[in-house]
Amino acid sequence: MVDVGITETRAAAASDYFALLKPRVMSLVVFTGLVGYVCAPGQGDAVLGFAAILAIAIAAGASGALNMWFDSDIDAIMTRTRARPIPSGRVAREDALMLGLTLSALSVVTMQLAAGPLAAGLLAFTIFFYAVVYTMWLKRATPQNIVIGGLAGALPPAIAWAAKTGSLSLDAWLLVAIIFVWTPPHFWALSLLQKGQYEAARVPMLPVTHGAKATRQHIFAYTLLLAPLATAPIFTGLGGAIYAISSLAGGAAFLFLAARVLASRAGEGDKAQDRRAGILFAFSIFYLFVLFAALLVDHGLAR
Amino acid sequence: MSEPIILTPEEARARKRRNFWLALAISVFVLLVFAITIAKMKAGVG
Repeated sequence: MVDVGITETRAAAASDYFALLKPRVMSLVVFTGLVGYVCAPGQGDAVLGFAAILAIAIAAGASGALNMWFDSDIDAIMTRTRARPIPSGRVAREDALMLGLTLSALSVVTMQLAAGPLAAGLLAFTIFFYAVVYTMWLKRATPQNIVIGGLAGALPPAIAWAAKTGSLSLDAWLLVAIIFVWTPPHFWALSLLQKGQYEAARVPMLPVTHGAKATRQHIFAYTLLLAPLATAPIFTGLGGAIYAISSLAGGAAFLFLAARVLASRAGEGDKAQDRRAGILFAFSIFYLFVLFAALLVDHGLAR
Repeated sequence: MSEPIILTPEEARARKRRNFWLALAISVFVLLVFAITIAKMKAGVG
């Protein structure tokens, strides 16, 4: 392998393997999973709950490692990902693959032991969907890559819900739907800023295939769908007063920022215009965090 | 016959550190399975 020559310059540290697990993505997944678990009806055992959330975290890490194993060619081209353990030569591709496969098996086994077949099956499906359907197929094949692939990132609350109750309800799917519809405007805002890099790496992101204007329109269209969808938990009883305020105010702010991007020339090379997409991207993370934190507070107060 | 691999002191240290984390991870997994088993026995679930 090409890596051998490079790894001789610096032996891989445990932190390099940890970086393969995409710890930032992991933390968001753990958070949304935790909220799913807390919101699900019933008491739930603390140890089993902890094990289920840990299994979700390990599965997310495994998916990250498998993604970095497969995408090391793309990662080496894009400046955002060039310093990752594989393209920088600190970890061999085979090691990342082995780590990903081992952790995948470990996470599904743990989930089966702690929560049973529905949660374990969903977890296995999520890893498969992210590593195989998204990474190996969709990402390089269609500008709808992150729309469909977003399902993998959206499922953790439902997995945690299933882990606690052994079943899935409308509310669980509502949480999935919110993250699923949130994903496209979130990623497309980022891709507007990194159009050139995706082009160089030949990843068919929407700004590359359909241009910046179409991307801005898509961002706005999905936000139009997201803002009302995110208020649905108010009506099903899943969200309380704090969630109602958060989703209404957050949705309005998201719509405003998306409209500003729509009216801009973001993604066309003008730094000042790009800033609007950058603000939307940062706000989208804050928005999702606030929505789920509000659910956590509402359910914490209800106890 | 291929040449035996002789690790540099830095590589040997890195391997030791990796092995430490691996041992820790395996130990945590064993404890986790134990804790899950106890929790399930308490709940009366097989």
